[in-house]
Amino acid sequence: MSAHEQRNEGLPFHPRYFDYLNINRSAVERRAATLPGRRTVKKEHQAAWLLRAISCIDLTTLAGDDTAGNVHRLCAKALNPVRQDLLDAMEFPSLTVGAVCVYHNMIADARQALGQSGLPVAAVSTGFPAGKISMDQKLAEIRQSVAAGATEIDIVISRELVINNKWAELYEEVRNCREACGEAHMKTILATGEIPTLTKVAKASWVSMLAGSDFIKTSTGKESVNATLPVSLVMVRAIRDYYDLTGTRVGYKPAGGIQKAKQALDFLILIKEELGHDWLNNRLFRFGASSLLSDIERQLEHFVTGRYSADYRHAMA
Amino acid sequence: MTVKEIFETMDYGTAPESDKHAMEFLSRHDRQFGLYINGEWTPAKNTFSTLSPATGEVLAEITEATPADVDAAVKAAQEALPGWVQAGGHQRARYLYALARQIQKHARLFAVLESLDNGKAVRETRDIDIPLVARHFYHHAGWAQVMESELKEYCEIGVVGQIIPWNFPLLMLSWKIAPALAMGNTVVLKPAEQTSLSALLFAEICQQAGLPNGVVNIITGHGNVGEALVNHPGVAKIAFTGSTEVGKIIRKSTAGSGKKLSLELGGKSPFLVFEDADLDSVVEGVVDAIWFNQGQVCCAGSRLLVQESIADQLYNKLKVRLRKLVVGNSLDKGIDMGAIVSQEQLAIISAFVAKGKQEGNEVWQLEKVPAGCFFPPTLFINVSPASLIAQEEIFGPVLVAMTFRSHQEAIKLANNTRYGLAASLWTENINLALDVAPKIKAGTVWINTTNVFDAGSGFGGYRESGFGREGGREGLLEYARLKTETAFSNQSFGFPVSKSALPQEKPIDRTPKMYIGGKQVRPDNGYSRQVVNPAGTPVGEVGEGSRKDIRNAVEAAQANGKWAENTGHARAQVLYYLAENLSARSREFEDRLRHACGYSAENAALEVSRSVERIFTYAAYADKYDGQVHSTLSRHVTLAMNEPLGVLGIVCPDEFPLLGLVSTVAPAIALGNSVVVIPSAIAPLSATDFYQVIDTSDVPGGTVNIITGPRESLSTELAGHFDVEGLWYFGTEEGSKTMETLATDSMKRSWVNYGKHYDWLTNPLEREFLRKACEVKNIWIPYGA
Repeated sequence: MSAHEQRNEGLPFHPRYFDYLNINRSAVERRAATLPGRRTVKKEHQAAWLLRAISCIDLTTLAGDDTAGNVHRLCAKALNPVRQDLLDAMEFPSLTVGAVCVYHNMIADARQALGQSGLPVAAVSTGFPAGKISMDQKLAEIRQSVAAGATEIDIVISRELVINNKWAELYEEVRNCREACGEAHMKTILATGEIPTLTKVAKASWVSMLAGSDFIKTSTGKESVNATLPVSLVMVRAIRDYYDLTGTRVGYKPAGGIQKAKQALDFLILIKEELGHDWLNNRLFRFGASSLLSDIERQLEHFVTGRYSADYRHAMA
Repeated sequence: MTVKEIFETMDYGTAPESDKHAMEFLSRHDRQFGLYINGEWTPAKNTFSTLSPATGEVLAEITEATPADVDAAVKAAQEALPGWVQAGGHQRARYLYALARQIQKHARLFAVLESLDNGKAVRETRDIDIPLVARHFYHHAGWAQVMESELKEYCEIGVVGQIIPWNFPLLMLSWKIAPALAMGNTVVLKPAEQTSLSALLFAEICQQAGLPNGVVNIITGHGNVGEALVNHPGVAKIAFTGSTEVGKIIRKSTAGSGKKLSLELGGKSPFLVFEDADLDSVVEGVVDAIWFNQGQVCCAGSRLLVQESIADQLYNKLKVRLRKLVVGNSLDKGIDMGAIVSQEQLAIISAFVAKGKQEGNEVWQLEKVPAGCFFPPTLFINVSPASLIAQEEIFGPVLVAMTFRSHQEAIKLANNTRYGLAASLWTENINLALDVAPKIKAGTVWINTTNVFDAGSGFGGYRESGFGREGGREGLLEYARLKTETAFSNQSFGFPVSKSALPQEKPIDRTPKMYIGGKQVRPDNGYSRQVVNPAGTPVGEVGEGSRKDIRNAVEAAQANGKWAENTGHARAQVLYYLAENLSARSREFEDRLRHACGYSAENAALEVSRSVERIFTYAAYADKYDGQVHSTLSRHVTLAMNEPLGVLGIVCPDEFPLLGLVSTVAPAIALGNSVVVIPSAIAPLSATDFYQVIDTSDVPGGTVNIITGPRESLSTELAGHFDVEGLWYFGTEEGSKTMETLATDSMKRSWVNYGKHYDWLTNPLEREFLRKACEVKNIWIPYGA
């Protein structure tokens, strides 16, 4: 995988960065609803964009019944996400996903399966998905995961701090996690499905960035509402303003509910329009997804052969 | 480019929409079109070319209609009228429903054809124009269905001549045709010469839907065809959407004809941004306001007013956003803006922008624009209201921005324009939003959104943006006529007049004055005129009003903003009190009518008692003639508010000197207008007596102003006055024509009697006086936590 973006060191906490924010939900939804109609990619452009989407996937399994077996399978797919004959037909040399994302207990299996490929392992952490454990436990979990070889840590924030506007406390929490991460890059999950308003989503995004998050991420995938375009719009606009303020690019990871190639394209278009080309790579953009890949594979086969594909023609993750 | 290269650049590439079906449609007609009259196509002759502005390609040859063609179309519509009316609401509903379905079935063909012919992005025709067209026909199919129950008192107007512009060709067609057909009218429609194709395709749809011949007639051609249609005596109403300049010509040429008129004209709509707004959403709002349809939108938010505290921040965001816009071929699905409609329009826009640069305004433009009929999105910042580009409608993708310090100043700047079509205001503070929205002179106010339309809501302007509404119940009434309109008669309803003088005691000399701003004032010129009764006996003197008295009265009325801010209940209280005081002095008013007008005692008593009753009626309505919440889009409140016109000039009838005054003034002030009244010319003393009643009834000064004197010259002053928003005239036929002509320049709403008489005793148009005393403003409030 490509070199990491320069890390976000954050800023000392001050509410003035986000106090004034007022997000208008209807206006955000109108932009989100009309954006996919304003830009579109067809034919070889679509194929290239879908390959780009694959390169940005954090291929994920986060289930209670995860075993070494299915994690191995997932890692194999991560290293060879698209059938070679299809890549050849597109004269595209090689491709991997962005990372593999697992629970702490599966890090070792994933590391082993990925071997020397250099593909990062991301671990969800801090009492994922609810985060209802003590701060000490959260920090210990991060340290253990980093020690086990995870180079990316996806933390969850305490939603009650957002709900009750305890922004300074939230800053402290995220800051501590960041310190525990050390060299590992930190993605901060807001769990936007459990944050009542878009204004609070924007504020939580700001606090997470001020506290040094390398990525901000929508969801655990376990909330009833996960990554949506409107929520993404609010978060990436916060990223844009943070960049304007600090010159530091924070990454973005929508996660959960992104299952179709068309959705993935909509997200990439959103990133290109709102953040720009600099963010259109796996250093600054990831999809948290499990089933998205198989839909993209089918679309790619359709591009290559002109015929609609079927699931069974592509290797399982 | 290879897939690998695109993988690196992440360019969009092009996404052309196929024009195959549209071209097949044109080929089916051998790329030439006649006129659609009486359900048939005339042979194409005397043709001109219609172009695709994006490529310059000739799409088809179109017929220039002759005066004989116009006549044939109007005759066809006239002949179709009785059958269409008799078909009844349900049958008409079925046809309108069929039209809606046909449009949906051919939605993409319409979208592509429209985009080709107009140059606008196919994204817009596909996602905005055509869905709104279908919605308009569905909505009005519903109105046709329920007309007989919901609009019992109304009937059709007759043959309607409709002239539409090139910026939303099919959408404007639907706004015109759907309500007209629903109410039982038949139509002759002329599309703009640049963009006739979608109307011609619509004609084919009418054939497919089996619409009876002559109900819809489509004639093509240039301005002279429109002119022939406007002046055709067989046309009962003209509906026009287009430039203010042409709107004025139409109004002048129909003045005095009795033709009904609705005009939807230009605009220079303000887009207000307050410091607590969601600025990133504001930026997208600006895109939707002025970089939508190449800015060729009558209600485009073309004047950006930004609170000083956030101006730089917003300007910076806009500059960044502007650079992301893509201008290109209208059939490319990945563009933001397409072609300008014509080289002529491009030249107009270019000239304005050159002028703006010449004035020294700071300008930002998109650099990458294709060669040809294209213009870049343009932003002028720190523009002053005095700048030409801040005043004139440019009708292109050109935004001018300026700052304000407070919401009070924002309102003043917003209203500092001859136009009043729409406004958009952005704040997350509902108190601020609902305080500002009603204070902006605009028919539509969008809060935290812009350019949102729906068939269920009225759309139309104030001031030189025209009058009349399209959409909603308020729009529907532009295409219907009160059955009781026949109340206007050639015969006078006045009382018999005795010419023998009554013996009268010589009272102490009285000096009736003018009544201006709540004060009794002498005429500015210091002259008086004698008033005689039908027997020829002098009964008193009144002031000889002049144009300066009109000026003073209008100023006093304009200064009386408080009256409109009162609750309906508070205004009702004042009106009841007025009735009470009039009643207490009824004997005196009866005597006046007997002596000054030669009425019998019985009739004089009847006029006074009816006057008291009339005031009661409109006092009752003061808190009941309220607006509506329209059912439009999900998670939107669309408030249709009845707003007073402002200052209303009233020229009272000669007959019924008291009742005529009361019947006009009471509804006007009940809804919050301030009025300048020119009373009965032959018997003004009842009016001058009446101001004493006003004086003792808690009516705030300036609400009612009374000017006596030479009626025709005074009313001429009123009609021409730019600060008078409405004019009611109950006088001569000739005077009516003069009033309508003079009202044109300020585009004031006028209501005249064309020299006919009204039955003031029974007041059959009781509610119509209220409708004419207000205008509907629609305020759109999308919501969502």
